[in-house]
Parts: sequence; structure tokens; C-alpha cells
Amino acid sequence: MSTAVAQEVEAPHALELEDLDVVYRVRSSDRQVLRGVTLHVKRGEAYGLVGESGCGKSTAALAVVNYLPRNGRVRSGGIRIDGRDARALSGAELRELRSNAVSMVYQNPGAALNPSIRVGKQVAEVFKTRGASGGEATDRAREALTRVQIADPGSVMGRYAHQLSGGMQQRVVIAMALATDPALLILDEPTTGLDATVEAEVLDLVAALQADLHTSVLFISHNLGIIRKMCDRVGVLYAGCLVEEGETDTILADPRHPYTVGLLRCVPRGGVRKDHGRLDTIPGFMPNVGEELLGCVFAGRCTLAVERCHTEVPEAHSIGGSHMSRCHFHEQAQSLPREVVADLELPAVDRATEPLLSFDDLGKVFKQQGHDVHALVGVTAAIWPGETLGLVGESGSGKTTLARSLLGIVAPTSGAVMFDSRDLAPTLKGRSREDLRALQIVFQNPDSALNRRHSVRKIMRRSLKKLTGLTGSAADARTRELMDSVRLAERYASAQPGALSGGLKQRLAIARSFAGNPKLVVCDEPTSALDVSVQAAILNLLVELQAKEQVSYLFISHDLGVVRYVSDRIAVLYLGRLMELGLSETVYSGPHHPYTEALLSAVPTVDGGERERIKLEGDIPSAANPPSGCVFHTRCPRRIGTICDETEPPLVEVEKNHLMRCHIPLEELRALQAAGPPSVSAAAAP
Amino acid sequence: MSAMTDDAAGFEPSAGLVPSEAKIARREMVRQLLHSKTFIVGNIVVGFWVFWAIAGSRLTPHDPLEQTSNILKAPSTAYWFGTDQFGRDIFSRVLAGASSTLTVAPLATLLAIVCGTAVGLVTGYYGGIADDTISRFVDAVLALPLIVIAVMVLTALGSSNVTLILVIGLVFTPPVSRTVRATVLGERQLDYVQAAQLRGERGPYIMFVEILPNIMGPIVVEATVRLGYAIFAIAGLTFLGFGVQPPSPDWSLQISENYTLLASGTYWWTVLFACVAIATLVIGVNLVADGLQQVVDE
Repeated sequence: MSTAVAQEVEAPHALELEDLDVVYRVRSSDRQVLRGVTLHVKRGEAYGLVGESGCGKSTAALAVVNYLPRNGRVRSGGIRIDGRDARALSGAELRELRSNAVSMVYQNPGAALNPSIRVGKQVAEVFKTRGASGGEATDRAREALTRVQIADPGSVMGRYAHQLSGGMQQRVVIAMALATDPALLILDEPTTGLDATVEAEVLDLVAALQADLHTSVLFISHNLGIIRKMCDRVGVLYAGCLVEEGETDTILADPRHPYTVGLLRCVPRGGVRKDHGRLDTIPGFMPNVGEELLGCVFAGRCTLAVERCHTEVPEAHSIGGSHMSRCHFHEQAQSLPREVVADLELPAVDRATEPLLSFDDLGKVFKQQGHDVHALVGVTAAIWPGETLGLVGESGSGKTTLARSLLGIVAPTSGAVMFDSRDLAPTLKGRSREDLRALQIVFQNPDSALNRRHSVRKIMRRSLKKLTGLTGSAADARTRELMDSVRLAERYASAQPGALSGGLKQRLAIARSFAGNPKLVVCDEPTSALDVSVQAAILNLLVELQAKEQVSYLFISHDLGVVRYVSDRIAVLYLGRLMELGLSETVYSGPHHPYTEALLSAVPTVDGGERERIKLEGDIPSAANPPSGCVFHTRCPRRIGTICDETEPPLVEVEKNHLMRCHIPLEELRALQAAGPPSVSAAAAP
Repeated sequence: MSAMTDDAAGFEPSAGLVPSEAKIARREMVRQLLHSKTFIVGNIVVGFWVFWAIAGSRLTPHDPLEQTSNILKAPSTAYWFGTDQFGRDIFSRVLAGASSTLTVAPLATLLAIVCGTAVGLVTGYYGGIADDTISRFVDAVLALPLIVIAVMVLTALGSSNVTLILVIGLVFTPPVSRTVRATVLGERQLDYVQAAQLRGERGPYIMFVEILPNIMGPIVVEATVRLGYAIFAIAGLTFLGFGVQPPSPDWSLQISENYTLLASGTYWWTVLFACVAIATLVIGVNLVADGLQQVVDE
């Protein structure tokens, strides 16, 4: 505390929140969203605010810039920006403070930019409002865009927002945010909608700019890996209460609040796989917004909680240095019991037998404004009974198109799908009830996948009727059985999906897909819309169902940790082509395809054992106009020469059960990758 | 099993809320409507006219059809709105005149909504050639002046309330189908439609059982807006002599019977009160539509 006081004398903190209470007024009663949050962001510091959805992290940011929704207000506490009390300022002073001292970057850059004004004009506008003349503003806009490493600012300025990729849009937004040289930059989940490789680039950019400009950063994220990479200190927010705070490395290595401990355990990491054990979860739900809590906010879900935790609010215990924990028993936090589960017997995969599903030379061409878009090009693979095939790749790589072609939602343009050693009709119309039962899907977003006007019971009964012919009491019994197997309590049967939490909705969607005892379930990013603690529970459920029903999965995800956890084999797609296919461990441990290598290195992890990052240059090329030769050569850091530009390498089995599409021989890749990431010059060398 | 450690079991923050969540949502919607001044005022106005449409001549001070020798009397305490050229009490005729409009217009609107929803669902859900063909036809119909088609058909079939309902209903089907089609296009992108296809559902089930309940909000708003237009259309056709026939106290009929008297500069009361009646009803219906629209949009 004394050091903080000393610093305040020298220079004020960029941001200070003191005992901040924020309430939302809902139906004429106040619901508390932030409960006495106290934190500060020092000058030049990057402070991370981490927590799951609904914990109030965005509310904190909105309170700082005074943009709370109309029914929200700061009930008590102080907000000081750059040493000035934001709550005591008049309207005009506040506007001035907001335009000069604070900038905010939101999650969705597409929505932050005006779609009908050219990018250059929008950026110049920021300078114009600060008194620059037209020509001067344009020049400064160009400078600002150069500063965020946009290679060709001239051409970007002439374009509209929708003509830029997501990563490029976010750069423009960051350029605008930095234009005023703010004392504090607030980044609210700035990379959540972006692909891993693009996310890594944007994060690198923010880190470089921060080091350069000494801007203070408040970084809001649900992803501990990103926080670890970006922030000096971190605060963990739970149900509107800052439960733990400290140096990032300290918190990750030595968490002292049961919630932080639980959160860190939920993430599949360190190469954990489904056959090693189940993931840890955090039982229960976050308290509702505005719920009266007499004791610790986490007590209801804490397996360490005793009487005292429910009745007495824990104070902020200081644990050496700046480390703070709001837990009565912070010394014991790490002894939070792990769940004890029965060992699962996962299906043994015998790849000598006939595969369950195979597809040969699958291609799909979409017509788009007279152009042929090759979404899939000659994809060949197979899935054996009881096996999980992971499918990874950036957006636009053809993952979803592949899944839809197999399911019969879109008809492939070429190639065939074989199921149980017989040809499968290309579209749903031609498929029998048996085929429909056998192939089902769990969608990414359960809100969209469940009819919001149908009750849980109706959703289940209809699937049972169509897929198995069960009706009446037999269907009711089977519904109960299925709900039980996904641990969806029976009292929800008459509820509509809107009454369920995200995790429960996804459980219902899973129960529905298992209605007809499927042989293969496509899981299309089933956990990417969920919080990490819920994600862990859903992954556990999927693995459990696999052990019980011997089902196969095609598991699509952009989260490589998740894919590694559930998959037996992994396929890597790039621009509709299979780049690598192999056993999960082989693909991860390498030697791997240069694209896989880049994908893996782009992911910020919680454990720190992070590989040095490989920069991929530029955006993913358009599938309407793919590069010649190897489609990856335009971004490949290990390009060996003209052969890459001119000849497309074939997909060959480089070792047992490991296919790769690369001109570099396996042994050479092994040596190269053991030597570390390629430098820029290495990429150009023959 | 690890039932206690998953979010589906154990600790229960919203216990008790769950089964009635749908009711709560509905109650919340009603609450919002009751807080909307537009909606309340609109309902009072429309409610007033609905009351008189049902009560009709039973509660009016005079028989609206009774002819007396007091012709063309100015408004007075005996005849609040004056009398017309046959000595009929205009106050009673204005109140009783609500019934013809409020029978024909809602039935015509209902017909238009039913047909338009069916067409909109088919074109929006199936897309492709069916959509192209029907949508071009719809565009063509929309390009023709409504009154011209209606007059043509009514001349061919002869005027009666039934033909009036059929004509207005069918003429309003294309615009309704366009609105419904646009909503369906948004809805069919959602994964629950694909999930239904993947369990082998056929088109009609998906359209009417899966999609329709989710687009009822916009359809109700469209119905109220169309009702306003239908009242106008009927008024116009009746004025031209193709709608409700004498001696009905219908408002537009009153206007068409008496507007020639306006030329003299006196006798304004024979036309004014019927005009005000039509205007208030249409405005009332539109206020209701606005109120609904706001709640549905939220």
C-alpha cells in the first residue's frame, strides 16, 4: 500500500477504481453488478481483468468511460482517470477527458467502423475533431495506420471497412484509439472473433505499441493464456467482485483463491488427452446479477466453503507484494479438491478394420458472382468406429463445408462418401432413416440450434419420433433416459430453451443428437460459445458418451488445446485442402507441416511453456483465387524455393499414420523444427 | 458419476423460476405493452369503435335508418351531429356506421394474413425457382394500383360484403407475403432448421411447426398495419359505389351520399363527422401497430 501512495505523489495512476459499486435498474429495483471493485492501473502498465461471462468485466470498462447503459449507474465509489475524479466532472469536462485520456477498443471491429465511410476518412476524422486541417488530418491518418503496421496505408485508406479482413479492421480501430495518445487504452476482448494466427499478430502489435508509447492498458479477456502473454498484473473478477489480484506470473503459478484455482484447472493444457483423465470443472452457477450475498461471492460453488464463508464477507488479504486474495482460507485455496471420477473405458480403435465413414477425393465448388469458389479440393480421409477425428484450420479453410457435405446438407461437387462400406446419397433427400440416425450434429451455437418456441420435451420427443419411431410413454421414458445421460434435470422438461443457461442448452442439443443412437456425431465448435468452466463439463460429457455409446466424432474446433484433448487423430485443413493428417500426438509433437507449426505457435497458453511464435505474413488468400503451387507458399515461413510456388506437393504418408502435403522431406522438417522457429531470412533461403 | 460437479446438477440459483420462464417472458411483454402510451391510446380508440360496432343501433339515441321530416338540421342538443337529407340522425349513424367497416376490414385482413403467410413461408423456405416465380408475380401485382384491380374484380363479380372481403384479402396478400418472406429468410439461416432437416422433417412441418411460431411477432404487427390499410381501401371502394350498399349507415357511404352538398358551403356536418370517424379508427389501429412493433423489436 505504501508504495502505491508514494507513486501517487510522483504521478497519478492512469486509472483508479475505488470501492466501485455499479447497479442496473431492472423492473424498479437495483441489481448490483459490481461489488466494491478496487483496482488501479499504473502508468505504462498492462492490467488484465479476467472472468467468465456475466462477471461484470465489460461493465467495469463501460463505467470508466461513462457509457453504462441507460438503466445502469455508479452507485458509490470513485473513478479516477489520470488523477482526475471522473465522477466529479461536468459534462463538457468529461467529454474532453473521454476524447483525450481514454480510448476503448471493442470486441467486434466490424461494428466499430462505419460501413459507409472510407477508412481513411474515418481515421482522419479523429484528428479533425482535434483541430487538424483536412490535409494535415489525412497525413496523420496515414501515419497512424503505418504505426499499426499496415503495410499499404494508402490503399487501405481508400477502402470501406467490409473490404478489410477482421485483423485489418481491428488494426484500424486500434490506430483510431491510439490517435489521441490516450493515458489509458481499454481493450475489451479485442481478439475474440479472430483466427489464432491473426489474433497472435494483433496481440503482438498491441504489446509492441504499448512498449513503444508507454500507454497504460486495461485488457479485458476471458482467456487466461492471452492475459498471461499481455499483462503485468491481473485481477480476477467473479460475480462483480475482484476476488484475486496480483502479478500475472504469481497468480498463474500460485493462485490463492479457489475460483482462480478452479479456472486454471478447467483449461485442457499441457497435452492432456481424454485417455489421461477427465477435465476439472467448477460445479454450480455464478450467482445471478443483483443476488443478495451475505458472505463470499464464490461460497455457493466452492468445495472448500464452510459456515463462515456463507455469512462473512472475506476482506482483501494481502499475500506478499501486490498479491491479494479475498478468501478466508487463501492458504488452503490450492487444496481445492479435484473431482474423483471412475475411469472411463474409451473405445479401442482398430484401424485394420473397415472404417465407419470414409470420403474420397471430396470436392465442393460454390458459384459466387460468376466465380468458382473451391471450398474443398480433393479431401480424402476416414473415421473408424469409436474414434474422434479432430478438424482444425482457420476460418475459410473448409471445415464447416466438409462437415456439411458428410451430413448431406450440401451435396459435394465431386467425390463420394462411404458409410459402413456402402455409398451414401449426396443429399438428405436420398438418405434413409437409418442413415439419418447414424449421422448427427452438435452445432456451435445452441441458441440457434434449438427452436426457442419448443419445450425441451417437445424437442426431444420429436427427434425420437422421427429417428426411432418411438411415441407415447416409450418416448417419454427414453427422453428421461437421454436427459439423464447428459445430466439435464427432469424439471427442465417443460421449459423452453430460453430458460436454460448456455451449458444446459448445449447439453440439450447433445441429448437431441444422441436420440437415434448415432454412429457418428459431428461436433462443430461445440464449446466455443461457452465459458471455460462450462466447456470442461461439456467436453467431459462428450468423452463420457463416447465411452458409453462407442460413438465416433468429427470434432471441429479452432481451439487446439480442446482438439488435442478429445481427438485420436487430427486433420489440418487450409484453403479446402488437407495439409496434414495424423495421430493426435504425432501432429502435436511434430515434425509437423509448417502451417500446423504456425498454428500451434500462435496459441497463447497458460503454462508458459510457449513456443516461440512463428509469424505468418498476410491474410488467408481467397478460395476464389487460390495461390499457385502449394497453396500455403504465400505465407509459409519455411518456403524452400520456386518449387513451392509452382508445384502443388502431393499428400503423402511420410511415416506410419501420418500424411503431409509439403515439399520438405520429413527428416529435414524434423531438423529444422528442432532448431527453432524460422527467421525471416531462412524463409527466403533455398 | 460426477453429477455434483457439473453445471447441470447441484447448486441451483434459479430454482422455482424455471417452469414458468415462458410465462414470465409473456408477462414481461404484456407489462411493456401496458407501459406504452401509444398502445394504450390506440386500444382505447379502437375499443370505442368495436363497442359501437357490436352495440350498433340498439344503443344509439335514434334509429340510424329512421327517416324524419327534420332534414339537414345543423348540430343541436336534439341532434348532436345534425341530420342528413333524409332527416336521419347523423350522431346515431356515425356510431352505428362502425359495424360494416369493422366486419369487412378484419375479415379481409385475416384472409390476407393467412394467404400471405402461406405464400411467404413457401417462397422464403424453398427459395429457388418457386421463389423467383412467385416473387416476380408478387412484384407485378404490387406495381398495379390497388383500387384499379379491386374495381375491376368488383365490377365483374358484383358488389357484396363477401366479394369485398375476398377482393381486399387477395389484393393484400402480396405485400403480406413479402414481409413474411423476409422474416423467414432470416429464420431459416438458424441451425434449428438444419437440425430438423437432419432428422428427416419435410418442408411443411419445418415451415408451419418450426419456423411459424418464431415469426408470429412480425406477423401480428403486419396484421395491424394491414388492418389500417384495409379500412382505407374499403372506405375508398364504398365511396366509389363498389362497397357497402345503401341504406347502411357506413361512414364512406355517408360521405359519398352527402359530399355534393358541400359545394353549397353549408351542411358541413353531413360529411365531417363520418370523416373524423374513419380518421380516428385508422389512427387508433396504427397506434396499436406502433406499440406492438416496439415491443416485438425489443
